[in-house]
Amino acid sequence: MKITALAESDKDPHPLRHDMAKGRIVAGCIAPHPPHLVYAENPDQNEPTSEGGWEQLRWGYERLRESLSEIDHDVIVILSPHWQTYVGTHFLGLENFQSLSVDPVFPNLFRYHYDLNVDVELAKQIHDNAEKAGLAVKMMENPDFRVDYGTITTGHLFNPKWDKPLVVISSNRSTDYYSAEVMQEMMIELGRITRETIEESGKKAIILASNSLSHRHFTTESEIPEDMSKEHIASHAMHLWDMRIIDYIRSGQTQRILDEMPEFIEQAIAESDGGGLSWLISALNTPDYPAILHGYGTIIGTGNAVVEWPCYKHEEESQ
Amino acid sequence: MSDGEIIGSYIVPVHPHTYLVPEQNPGWTKLREAFDEAALRIKNSEADLLIIYSTTWPSIIGHQIQADPNPEWVMVDHDFHDLGSIPYSFNIDSEFANAWNEANHQRGLKSRTVNYYGFPIDVGSVVALKLLNPDNAIPAVIVSSNVYANRSETSVMAKACLDVVRSTGRKAIAITAMSLSNRMFTENIDPADDKIHSLKDDEWNCKILELMEKGRLEDVGQLSRTIQKQIRIRKVVAFKPMWWLSAINDNRNDLTGEVLAYEAIHGAGAAVIHLDPASCGTGDKEYDEDDVEYFHGDRSVLDSNDSEDAAIDKNTEAIDEVTTAEENGPALWEPTMADGSVNTDSAPKPVGAYPHARRVGDLLYLSGVGPRQAVTNSIPGGPIHDENGEPLDYDIKAQTQAVIDNIASILEEAGSSLDQVIDVTTFLVDMKRDFQGYNEVWAETLGKIGPTRTTLAIRALPTPIAVEMKVIAQLLE
Repeated sequence: MKITALAESDKDPHPLRHDMAKGRIVAGCIAPHPPHLVYAENPDQNEPTSEGGWEQLRWGYERLRESLSEIDHDVIVILSPHWQTYVGTHFLGLENFQSLSVDPVFPNLFRYHYDLNVDVELAKQIHDNAEKAGLAVKMMENPDFRVDYGTITTGHLFNPKWDKPLVVISSNRSTDYYSAEVMQEMMIELGRITRETIEESGKKAIILASNSLSHRHFTTESEIPEDMSKEHIASHAMHLWDMRIIDYIRSGQTQRILDEMPEFIEQAIAESDGGGLSWLISALNTPDYPAILHGYGTIIGTGNAVVEWPCYKHEEESQ
Repeated sequence: MSDGEIIGSYIVPVHPHTYLVPEQNPGWTKLREAFDEAALRIKNSEADLLIIYSTTWPSIIGHQIQADPNPEWVMVDHDFHDLGSIPYSFNIDSEFANAWNEANHQRGLKSRTVNYYGFPIDVGSVVALKLLNPDNAIPAVIVSSNVYANRSETSVMAKACLDVVRSTGRKAIAITAMSLSNRMFTENIDPADDKIHSLKDDEWNCKILELMEKGRLEDVGQLSRTIQKQIRIRKVVAFKPMWWLSAINDNRNDLTGEVLAYEAIHGAGAAVIHLDPASCGTGDKEYDEDDVEYFHGDRSVLDSNDSEDAAIDKNTEAIDEVTTAEENGPALWEPTMADGSVNTDSAPKPVGAYPHARRVGDLLYLSGVGPRQAVTNSIPGGPIHDENGEPLDYDIKAQTQAVIDNIASILEEAGSSLDQVIDVTTFLVDMKRDFQGYNEVWAETLGKIGPTRTTLAIRALPTPIAVEMKVIAQLLE
């Protein structure tokens, strides 16, 4: 297997010839998880209150929700870089989780009471197929487990009604253990397995990579966290990398994102080191059509994009 | 009230196996027994405070200090959730936490306390407190590990803690929750098959343990970057706890060390180590890094000059937009070469087109020498102002000593030595403030050699330093 690119033989030669009785991915999104966006929105579930802030990104999420509001789907699949696992890839394996999520880094902003449902059947199917393919995997079945705040934040921002079940996949830290190349090899495989399992399941799924782009934080916080006069990208180099990746996203060059991922991770300290973006691109079969950029903004210096690959639309136009 | 002090230090592993399933592997059982022994020693000591620095609590906005007087929850590990749950209810010394936070600010650090219901106490802290302080008899305080902090920030944070220990008369135990080598097996394993992930990791762990058993904590701290590179995976939190633990023990190298257990937990190096403050009699340091009392935001200035580290640090600096001494002053030049020029990599780079020294006959004429460090360009004792010209506190004695050390380096490069100095002209930017400290260091160094001396007050120097010396010396015959 190639490391940074899908071999031609691995790609589905007829990605659009779907048997409509089969399950399918109807959309894939980059849906970052900064708790600041939930804090700024003042939902009932979150204890702290704010005067707003980060509107560009929140409006981006609004546009994403609007874009997908009429798209029928059964399940949302999230890969979260804040459920960090070192012994393989893990899946939430109980039907319901309720608790209080307190961000260990920004507890002043995010103390969120959550109640989410899991599509355990689909999670187990992906788990089993990944295991058959040789990946190290584990189901998380401890009822005391607190779901990571990244999943909760992305879950809220993408679907504040919480009326769809989730499949939640952990972030295997193979970049840390080995290299970005090894991470991509594993995540491309997991993406393929995710796509094929969804197709087998007969379900319609939206898949979300819950990660930012450049990920260099400020090391100080303004007295009023939502003071937007203090918000900007951490450095020019980070901006250049974000725009480079967004250009590839908007022009349908996802293969180039995979090809340049090791440099992106190293130079932009990108949160895609957690595998989410590589997994997403692979699960979408390395799309060569433009994605929709719904919003871009910075949060304590990090670059964040809200992006949608409208698979449903692309299929309709192609048929 | 008598002065407070650190009456003992412990290094303990972070994974939940020792608490939840010690019986599943003989090594885990030994670690649990070592935890129990450590708990007994702590119980029988005079300790009235446990201070935990945990590598499994990363932070971004400075350091965070737990200040909830009674945090309660049920902890489940993100990786080893199948081993079970750990309910906890801890006794936190919130008064100390708040005082430490304030002391951090006084030393130039960013930090804050956290006191929120439901805050997720990290696995390393939970395991340490559950096993070392099972009945909550001793109040504790927990601090995070900042992902961006370097040695100076981490060390100063420890010194701020020590300030409060001393001023409040506490008898404190310092604890670092950490692995040695932290590479785990990336697949599920049978507990019976657990072992250190690789021979290389095991050898490095044993090297660390040998130093610990000899009480050479500061040496381990100064090896921290090398250890990180050799046996630590590239996680956000590096091998920083040794910086913290050494600084809170006054950077000592003569503690009495004892390794209570060393085993593997899912491949990672896990050890329970006790460091007693009683001197073991040795103490010379293998290395001698700068020590910092006040944090000026000068990340990276103390980093290794190892080529790979330097490259990484250079990238980091570019991203950080941090203030180094180099940024806080004019550009640096390569020393010029001419007949009789003497230049050395062991002295700071010039700020203009001139050599470090020039040889004429049997005399050496040195260009003005300041305290900047050769590779890092850092200023021992701290710069006198920041990049905006705002005055900063600094240590004139440290600067003066660094000037004399730089002079010695240049003289040695020329084939001379400090005792050949015959005349010195010293420039001070603040005669009233600094003359006494400068004079004391002089008396202990050049004053014992006996060169003639002239000391002048001047308005400014090109870099943010307080002292510079112009030297004439003889060549050795």
